[in-house]
Amino acid sequence: MSARFAACKAQGRAALVTFVTAGDPTAADTGAILDALVAGGADVIELGMPFTDPMADGPAIELANLRSLGSGTKTKDIFAIATAFRARHPDVPVVLMGYANPMLVRGPDWFADQCKASGVDGVICVDVPPEEDAEIGPALRAAGVHLIRLATPTTDAARLPAVLDGASGFLYYVSVAGVTGKQQAAQAAVEQAVARLKAATDLPVSVGFGVRTPEQAAAIGRVADGVVVGSAIVDIIGSHGDAAAPFVQEFVAALRGALTAKSRETAA
Amino acid sequence: MTIQNSLRSQPDASGHFGSFGGRYVAETLMPLILELEKVYKDARQDPAFEAEFADLLKHYVGRPSPLYFAERLTEALRAQAPQGKGAKIYLKREELNHTGAHKINNCVGQVLLARRMGKPRVIAETGAGQHGVATATVAARFGLQCTIFMGAKDVARQQPNVFRMKLLGAEVIPVMSGAQTLKDAMNEALRHWVANVHDTFYIIGTAAGPHPYPELVRDFQSVIGKETREQIMEAEGRLPDMLIAPVGGGSNAIGLFHPFLDDADVAMIGVEAAGEGLDGKHAASLTGGSSGVLHGNRTYLLQDEDGQITEAHSISAGLDYPGIGPEHSWLHEIGRVKYMPVTDGEALSAFQRLSALEGIIPALESAHAIAATEQVAPTLDTNKLLVVNLSGRGDKDIFTVAQALGVEI
Repeated sequence: MSARFAACKAQGRAALVTFVTAGDPTAADTGAILDALVAGGADVIELGMPFTDPMADGPAIELANLRSLGSGTKTKDIFAIATAFRARHPDVPVVLMGYANPMLVRGPDWFADQCKASGVDGVICVDVPPEEDAEIGPALRAAGVHLIRLATPTTDAARLPAVLDGASGFLYYVSVAGVTGKQQAAQAAVEQAVARLKAATDLPVSVGFGVRTPEQAAAIGRVADGVVVGSAIVDIIGSHGDAAAPFVQEFVAALRGALTAKSRETAA
Repeated sequence: MTIQNSLRSQPDASGHFGSFGGRYVAETLMPLILELEKVYKDARQDPAFEAEFADLLKHYVGRPSPLYFAERLTEALRAQAPQGKGAKIYLKREELNHTGAHKINNCVGQVLLARRMGKPRVIAETGAGQHGVATATVAARFGLQCTIFMGAKDVARQQPNVFRMKLLGAEVIPVMSGAQTLKDAMNEALRHWVANVHDTFYIIGTAAGPHPYPELVRDFQSVIGKETREQIMEAEGRLPDMLIAPVGGGSNAIGLFHPFLDDADVAMIGVEAAGEGLDGKHAASLTGGSSGVLHGNRTYLLQDEDGQITEAHSISAGLDYPGIGPEHSWLHEIGRVKYMPVTDGEALSAFQRLSALEGIIPALESAHAIAATEQVAPTLDTNKLLVVNLSGRGDKDIFTVAQALGVEI
């Protein structure tokens, strides 16, 4: 993971972090969609674990969760998807993102072992804040899997050290107080926040929630180490279903092109 | 007795009741939850807060609610019991409160906290609409903006309460996701809250959710148990032998139970909704579920082997939820409270029986407790005292009951 962020930095651009929900529209389709993300130029893959009650997600990802579960996706399918991806793409970092209950239902050690065995590099658990770290943090750290923490506009200076304590991989800055994919943050506010976070940690800072277009990605890429795009990709899958892969690839290539163009500007 | 040995000293500093409870929320909400905890601690130390709460309970809610000796129900159950059996049954009349249920106790407390935090608007989730009506009521009383999230299916089957909320000035948002019931309303309320933390207070309707909600809701509802203690002492000169209360999220039950937890001789039964039966669709999280994390707390949930939440079912919309407050999970695990399941059919028949015997139409939630009483009272000696929490009145349920009985109105 750190090698990937360092390589992007060496190219003078932010890493492109892309999110899709595992099993959307079916577990059999996810492999081709992940390949499309990589072919389009994604640097890090966030693989969403579907949950019946995705309370931090907006309508786009909520629907993706329901499509996945509706087609019968099980936790074992998600690890099979990750394992197969790892075999095809040995160097592309994979992060599992989701909610506590499906991760913890068989115990944190089981989950951490599965992550390790299937080549998952990191985990983002939306509803386990630092206060409940004991639920999942120790097991992941013991297995050598990154626990990626979230910082938000409401994470003030007094609280930030608690968020950073035990965080690894990268720091995910949630740029708006809200759910995924809805409103977008003001660029100036993002710049200020990223500067504040980077002063407090050496971890790469990736910015997400509400990043939908190549232009927005490029703007955020000027200040952040990584740009996370989720709902906009998930919307494409929602529209095209099992034929989504080429459309996903085209969109991701546009995002990546915008980030790369930015690096040329800077070099010039 | 030292405080360490008290069953009434939970939760711990981090909001846990044994292994249950806690604060499982998105980072955006954490600072607000921590602020609420601080504000609540300060409020509890403030005699003016306590005085205002007590004054509103007395003059606005109409407390204390009576503790009523249900003579005809007692006699009817004795008639079917073996010689010398059939406990003396008292009903704690929470259905006589303003807005018709225990829900208002908690709403009065939380609206005072909202005001203390300077929040101009409140939101709430609601199932049957009782908590939505209670929230809209206190919002009107204090001039706050109010938005209620309600599953679209519940909006359709609880039209009178939807209209009440609108009369009280609230905006009612039908939630289209999932099964369109209470769980989905709670998801949507959390989504709205996370996007509006700066000006919005979330009035959670039961003793569940992230710390400090389970604690503060319990404390506000404990007025039920405190009054019961005084009233039974006045009526009988001693504490009751058993308490029975219905449990969905469990706020009326914990409100009745909590002041008695350290009285080892007072037995307690929480009544869960067994719906169509434990082999079919039900809402009995303790009897038929397992520990998991949902809606901000670790507690017993209905879930599958992958941790996906399964749909609950109960004829009572207020019990139609796949989880339960974390303190109940803990009391279940340590065995201090027994939890027993009651089916839709048993609740329906108790609903009719109490109406006919006592002239009191209970809420379907409360009818579950009456059904449990019908099973338990005949096994106890006649000198035993049993208090049942009649948590709400049944006006809202007459359409549901008529439909279940095949009556057209």
